[in-house]
Amino acid sequence: MSEFLPVFFLCAMGLALLVYVILDGFDLGIGILLPFADEHEKNIMVASIGPFWDANETWIVFGVGILLVAFPQAHGIVLEALYIPVTVMLFGLILRGVAFDFRVKAGDDRRALWNTAFFLGSLVASMAQGWMLGSYVTGLQPSGMNLAFSALIALTLPALYVMLGGAWLMIKTEDELFEKSVLWTRRAWLPMGVGLLLVSIATPLVSEQIAERWFTLPSAIGLLPIPLSCTIAFFGIGWLLRRPDILRAGYAVIVFSALAVICVMAALGLAYSIFPDIVLGRMTLYEAAAATGSLQFVFWGVAVTLPLIGGYSIYVYRVFSGKATELSYE
Amino acid sequence: MDIDPVLLARIQFAANISFHILFPAITIGLAWVLLFFRVRFTLTGDEAWEYAYNFWVKVFALTFAVGVVSGITMSFQFGTNWPGFMETAGNIAGPLLGYEVLTAFFLEASFLGIMLFGKQRVSNRVHLAATFLVAFGTSLSAFWILALNSWMQTPAGFSIEDGQFYAQSWLAVIFNPSFPYRFAHMMLASFLTAAFLIAGVSAWRVRSGVDGPATWKVLKTGVVMAAVAIPLQFLAGDLHGLNTLEHQPQKIAAMEAVWETERGVAFTLLGMPDEESRSTRFAIKIPYAASLILTHDPQGEVPGLNEFEDHPPVAQVFWAFRVMLGTAGLMLLVAWWGAWTYLRGRQPGGALLTALSLMTFSGWVATLAGWYVTEIGRQPWVISGLVRTADIAASHSSATLSGTLFGYIGLYIFLLYSYIHALRYLSTKPARSLALLPRRVPPEIAGERS
Ligand code: HDD
Ligand code: HEM
Ligand code: HEM
Repeated sequence: MSEFLPVFFLCAMGLALLVYVILDGFDLGIGILLPFADEHEKNIMVASIGPFWDANETWIVFGVGILLVAFPQAHGIVLEALYIPVTVMLFGLILRGVAFDFRVKAGDDRRALWNTAFFLGSLVASMAQGWMLGSYVTGLQPSGMNLAFSALIALTLPALYVMLGGAWLMIKTEDELFEKSVLWTRRAWLPMGVGLLLVSIATPLVSEQIAERWFTLPSAIGLLPIPLSCTIAFFGIGWLLRRPDILRAGYAVIVFSALAVICVMAALGLAYSIFPDIVLGRMTLYEAAAATGSLQFVFWGVAVTLPLIGGYSIYVYRVFSGKATELSYE
Repeated sequence: MDIDPVLLARIQFAANISFHILFPAITIGLAWVLLFFRVRFTLTGDEAWEYAYNFWVKVFALTFAVGVVSGITMSFQFGTNWPGFMETAGNIAGPLLGYEVLTAFFLEASFLGIMLFGKQRVSNRVHLAATFLVAFGTSLSAFWILALNSWMQTPAGFSIEDGQFYAQSWLAVIFNPSFPYRFAHMMLASFLTAAFLIAGVSAWRVRSGVDGPATWKVLKTGVVMAAVAIPLQFLAGDLHGLNTLEHQPQKIAAMEAVWETERGVAFTLLGMPDEESRSTRFAIKIPYAASLILTHDPQGEVPGLNEFEDHPPVAQVFWAFRVMLGTAGLMLLVAWWGAWTYLRGRQPGGALLTALSLMTFSGWVATLAGWYVTEIGRQPWVISGLVRTADIAASHSSATLSGTLFGYIGLYIFLLYSYIHALRYLSTKPARSLALLPRRVPPEIAGERS
């Protein structure tokens, strides 16, 4: 049990953060796209995420929660080292979250202000998350090379989010806004691809431990599916984005799924790179784990509630399925 | 500038949690009020209840959003500002916070979507259920976080090995000695905060001439709720104080500014506690009252501050306690005045309406003051008697901390201003219930009624 529980919680944490990136990723991406739409389109875009964003955001609370529950020793180290990007991200998430409501409730003369807050909040939060990911992968050691690497991810993650947001909009919208979404997504495609490629090249360069893991036979062969499926997904998306008629016929969900595949593969790759460390090169998950009694107590909670959460999340998505219309409380 | 980083970390944590609690204090109570409006509409078919819901659900959504985003800040604060706290008490604090996320946050956040925007998409029954789940989720989250906070005040059910806490009995950890009192007191505080908010805003609407039948129903709901909750709060507060006397006597000594252990202690109504001279200057006292309140015996013995090696800062705790009590007194007056008016079959008149709208945010004042008593009264400990605040702080530089602190404070002032501005904007718009709108009664209810 004492061997199994830390691994279980590591998986749960990975899953939570992965789900967060995909779900809040499309919310944040839509926030970044907001300035490019006209006022009516802005309302539809916000409406397409209105019923979901709060639950989506809860996944990051859950991820950080598990870090704190299961690995209290690492929780302090990680968050203390990431103090500034975390603070910046929180400012972004705060602005984005309140702008949802203020832009329709604070009166017309303030709407432009809150639209800007929505955009800036989404952009800042995405970049800060990228920066955090970069710092984490490089073992929280701020050298020049590592900072450049973090900056690279800080630029790539927003592009991925824009893609997710664009794909979500293709699913949820029609007519002109749909056309615009295809266009936006197409424009983000190449930057995202180049970014991901650079990140893949740079990762083994900044970390010897990771390089060793990936470039020794025979494990390198076993790992091939990861880069392979990412490449296929990436070019598949590129191909589809040039065929709006297929997308319009209800297949935009493929673009979204392909992006999700890229996220899943990246997460698996990351997990492979650093396991069993939880702070790269400094602390393993067994060293960081909480007392077995505490983990057991929460284990049952996770085992029972996670399927329930999954169930009612799917229910909520189904209630609000179909094309988005402007939100109404009545 | 060389300000103590621990002090800055404390101020920052205090600023963040003080800002956060303003919003839960409203949503926890308001969620149940909204459920009440929906149930009334379903039972009576009176559209005024539906209009009341439609107006207040907007305020709820706004408040909830600010509560959520400031709460996210809170969940990172433990790690960023108090890494030592998680390293020593993580085995206890972690699971409690974990259960809050698993059982409460996901529940409220998921069903919020249906509650806010799903009325046309689900049946009336499902919508009622979603509204209930959101209300239940907010209260459940208060349950878990207060379990943790109470445990920090009156730790129980644990053992310590090598400087780390281990849970021995989770039931004893959760239902620690001060938890039932704190939970009851905080729930009542939320109901009072919500009651004065809805009554105050409705009174404001009446005075600005944008009232409809719904406004008067909401006004009455708020007044009745407050009139019932406030005596209960006096009772809960009294019991809470007795519990604190048992477990944290130095906190009570600071609240009452009692310096020497004595019998037949007077209650200091107002005064200036001075730790240098260890006395209270300009004290206005009521003889025997402190002994009477705390021991229910005019000759009872009350422990004094000089008894304790460590005790919290006196003046802050003393004053915060008086702000809470003073606000509670005003709440009692205004709520019972309103209840009396209704009991005599009258409608509230100009003076009462003015009083109610002045009391709109009184719940915030009392709630914050109460938390300051509780939290400052625990100092210098973060876990009473076991872990000192100074030992758990992060090692950020003063410059980093003061920079982010200014950022947070600036942001919070801006958000608070925007929140109140939006509330005023919403409450001066003419009542929908005045306009003649096409009737949009849910079909199954329309069916039942015809
Ligand atoms: C007595 C009530 C109470 C207290 C003392 C706190 N909270 Fe809170 N919190 C709530 C009551 C609440 C709530 C009612 O559940 C909220 C507020 C508004 C809301 O919409 O949910 C919430 C929201 C909320 C959220 C967002 C949840 C979501 O995504 O839906 C987080 C992460 C926290 N809180 C975390 C904290 C932490 C770490 C606290 C302590 C240091 C804390 N809260 C004190
Ligand atoms: C006369 C009536 C009241 C009495 C006797 C009373 C008593 C107390 C006491 C003794 C504490 C400190 C407990 C401790 O930390 O050990 C406290 C805390 C608190 N009070 Fe009151 N109180 C009263 C009215 C109110 C009102 C009207 C509100 C808000 C609407 C309120 C909100 C709070 C809150 C939020 C706390 C902190 C949380 C807690 O410890 O429960 N109180 N109160
Ligand atoms: C929601 C209402 C709350 C308010 C207004 C509040 C207020 C405060 C204040 C003013 C301080 C600083 C005290 C000082 O340093 O003199 C503080 C400290 C602290 N509080 Fe709270 N608090 C609240 C709830 C909570 C809860 C629910 C928890 C934990 C579950 C908590 C945990 C802490 C911790 C860890 C500290 C820092 C250490 C310390 O200074 O003792 N607080 N809080």
